[in-house]
Amino acid sequence: MTELARTRPESFFSDRFNITSELMDRVLGGNLIGKVDDADIYLEYRINEELVLEEGTVKKASRHVSQGAGVRAQAGTRTGYAHTDEISIQNLDEAARQARAIADRSGGSGALALPTRGRPHDLYTLAEPPIVTDLARKLDLLRRIDTETRATDARVKQVIASISSEEVIMLIATASGWTVGDIRPLTRLNVTAIAEEGGKREIGSYGGGGRVTFDFFLETGRWRRFAAEAARLAALKLGAVDAPAGAMTVVLGPGWPGILLHEAIGHGLEGDFNRKGTSAFAGRMGQKVASELVTVVDDGTIPNRRGSLNVDDEGTPTGRTVLIENGVLTGYMQDRLNARLMGMKPTGNGRRESYAYPPMPRMTNTFMLAGEDDPEEIVKSVKRGLYAVTFGGGQVDITNGKFVFSASEAYLVEDGRVTAPVKGATLIGNGPEALTRVSRVGRDLQLDEGVGTCGKDGQSVPVGVGLPTIRIDGITVGGTAV
Amino acid sequence: MNEDLLVSVLKRASQRGATAADGYLVEESRFGASVRMGEIETLSHSREQRLALRVFAGRASAAASTSDLSRESLERVVDEATALARITAEDPHAGLPEPSALIERVPDLDLEDSGADLSPEEKIEIARRAEAAALESDPRITNSEGAEYSDRRAHYAYATSHGFVRGYATTSFGISVAPIASRNGEMQRDYWYSAARKRARLEDPAAVGRIAATRALRRLGARKMKTVEVPVVFDPDTAASLVRSIASAASGPSLYRRASFLLDRLGTKIAAPAVTIVDDALIPAALGSRPFDGEGLATGRAVLVREGVLESYLLDTYSARKLGLQSTHHAGRDGSGVSVSTSNLMLLPGKTSPKELIGSVQNGFYVTELIGFGVNGVTGDYSRGAVGLWIENGELAYPVEEVTVAGNLLEMLAAIDGVGDDLVLRDRTVAPTVRIGRMVVAGT
Repeated sequence: MTELARTRPESFFSDRFNITSELMDRVLGGNLIGKVDDADIYLEYRINEELVLEEGTVKKASRHVSQGAGVRAQAGTRTGYAHTDEISIQNLDEAARQARAIADRSGGSGALALPTRGRPHDLYTLAEPPIVTDLARKLDLLRRIDTETRATDARVKQVIASISSEEVIMLIATASGWTVGDIRPLTRLNVTAIAEEGGKREIGSYGGGGRVTFDFFLETGRWRRFAAEAARLAALKLGAVDAPAGAMTVVLGPGWPGILLHEAIGHGLEGDFNRKGTSAFAGRMGQKVASELVTVVDDGTIPNRRGSLNVDDEGTPTGRTVLIENGVLTGYMQDRLNARLMGMKPTGNGRRESYAYPPMPRMTNTFMLAGEDDPEEIVKSVKRGLYAVTFGGGQVDITNGKFVFSASEAYLVEDGRVTAPVKGATLIGNGPEALTRVSRVGRDLQLDEGVGTCGKDGQSVPVGVGLPTIRIDGITVGGTAV
Repeated sequence: MNEDLLVSVLKRASQRGATAADGYLVEESRFGASVRMGEIETLSHSREQRLALRVFAGRASAAASTSDLSRESLERVVDEATALARITAEDPHAGLPEPSALIERVPDLDLEDSGADLSPEEKIEIARRAEAAALESDPRITNSEGAEYSDRRAHYAYATSHGFVRGYATTSFGISVAPIASRNGEMQRDYWYSAARKRARLEDPAAVGRIAATRALRRLGARKMKTVEVPVVFDPDTAASLVRSIASAASGPSLYRRASFLLDRLGTKIAAPAVTIVDDALIPAALGSRPFDGEGLATGRAVLVREGVLESYLLDTYSARKLGLQSTHHAGRDGSGVSVSTSNLMLLPGKTSPKELIGSVQNGFYVTELIGFGVNGVTGDYSRGAVGLWIENGELAYPVEEVTVAGNLLEMLAAIDGVGDDLVLRDRTVAPTVRIGRMVVAGT
């Protein structure tokens, strides 16, 4: 597989499938250019490998290959999309004809797409991509994790650990004659511990990764930390009390609790929902939507991060978009279609799960900039509330702005002191309102460990989030203790 | 025919030293048309195929899959899978089902529409009619996320290295509509859908659109509530999500990992006597039906919960052997290997009408939508965001949002004190209206 990792996208697709940039241009030119407002051809080859340890041994190993091409034609607000998993010039031509069928049903809008400009970044060239790393090393690490997790706490009765590695090679040819490719490594290590005591069982999970080498897990004792965290979380929950129910002050810890931003405002600031007027943030550009302590950015250019990309899935180089500056709404995240229709610039946020889907505006790494407060002081400032440190998933209703996210590690705060751990509880709030209640922002910005996957319209993409410690005055906690 | 391809792949695996192997091949074609505010938004077309392979080297195994069915790629996949199987650990429970247990005659479950395909224009028109009905039904329906028509034609084949090969074909059709209602600056979105194996069984697009509009409209004027403990009535859609949580906790992999609140509960009471849950794979022309599972074992009708007692788990061959039980023929097959999946999973209806169930509540919450992931499958702890209508004096009084409902699934199941008579098999997992005696609704 080494030859795969070292190749350039252009030569990979021409060597393996006889598809050259010139041929792609010819397919676009013959079928689409001049007849539609925008068009592109996307080629993708993906290898995925997963190793799973349970009950002390690696019994599950799998390797998956998927490949395909998607051809897109756009006229006005319309998109024609056809994809095939057999990459051949005949199939591309056929897909282009199918995609164009939609353009024949209507005239264009006259708003032609801007040509893509700018050089792609170089954010994750790796000495050894994780997909090519020797299996023996990965198996060995999983076994050591099993031992370490069990050794952390005698109540740990079950350990499930997995390493997944992926490599995606993509090449996109756009109607403006711009062809650009990217090779995207991605890896993730995950540890789940199940602890038992006195007939009670609890689960704890921890992990991380990014567009990094396998050695990332060995650096700075990272894997040991993941193992210890999984064991600690499971054991901690064995002694958790019922979560409180009702509106209260909540302090969010740094890092992964940034999922709050992703749900509360991130999705609502994606271009498509705003163009259609279906987002609770539609028409609010330039208005105050958060406390002046709050500045939020989406940045796809941070080296080696899970949510980063050299170019997005439409060939636009990624960037840093300030979504909220000192509380004021300043930016949307755009793909080419929505940028064109809204008279804005693409921001490098056009993403897709795979060749099987057309792209749409998606987040990359979304985080709040650090403030000036001491994190400990923030907790001390709370009389009665919740201190939430680790979260599971979240979800949002774009239109009414209601969002939820589920705390998996949280504690009661009583008179400024962190006390009992509480059982998992869902927090619910209103996107355009929640950030107006941010009263303290810590100086301890952290990005998450590299575990996020975002789903929208049935498409999953890897993302990152980040947050400093913050205090929100009044958010509903969905516990059972009334 | 690609079933031959599957057989030749398994043959190569044997030549490469695999002691046994099985393979699953899915070939499908899809079409989708979406319309928004009366205009075509997206048309999509695709043809795909995927071959998933499982290879055994004695008691060690590995899985591989590919969407590239060229000879060269298939050979590479087989070689990689057999190489992977050599590095994984031996597992005494690994292996194929006994060849004698495999299905002989594949029953015809009437899963394929024999009608002629519609033209793209006709499909677009279906989506357009569904959305138009929503937009025209009330002036407060001012916007839309659109309507979609989709269809899918698929062929599934399963083969083992012992020479077994069987296959079947399915079709499915769907319409969905997501209108937006607005009033005084408030916006509310909801949706409705219809899905079927036969196109003629799809509900009338205009009716789907009107129901979607009614659902969005009834959310206007939503209030927040004070935190209370009250009876909670789940509508059929949200009740179905409770059934899904039970099935997930009853599935073999959750059990042998000891990650389930139903561990060691077989044969014991886990729910109120009103609760009977059945998984029936043989209902003709139903969305979840399948003649055999992902390991070639004949499917049937399984009773998970009978009058509150957990009667069966959901098992594939591996998890059954781990637990010292027999497979219940619930193997599912996805890219990453063999999992457990249900077919037509149903909470059977009771005798009370939904109107009576709501009518029996003085002060309580009628849930119509749940959001978030707040279900802990290990402990059963439950806390999810909810949307719905408040019940006052037995009547649906006003919409409610930004609240959560919380409890523990075992306690919630035991507290079910009413099951509606309104079961409709309109999806793979379905339930009638369900009333739970008491839950915490958290708000302001």
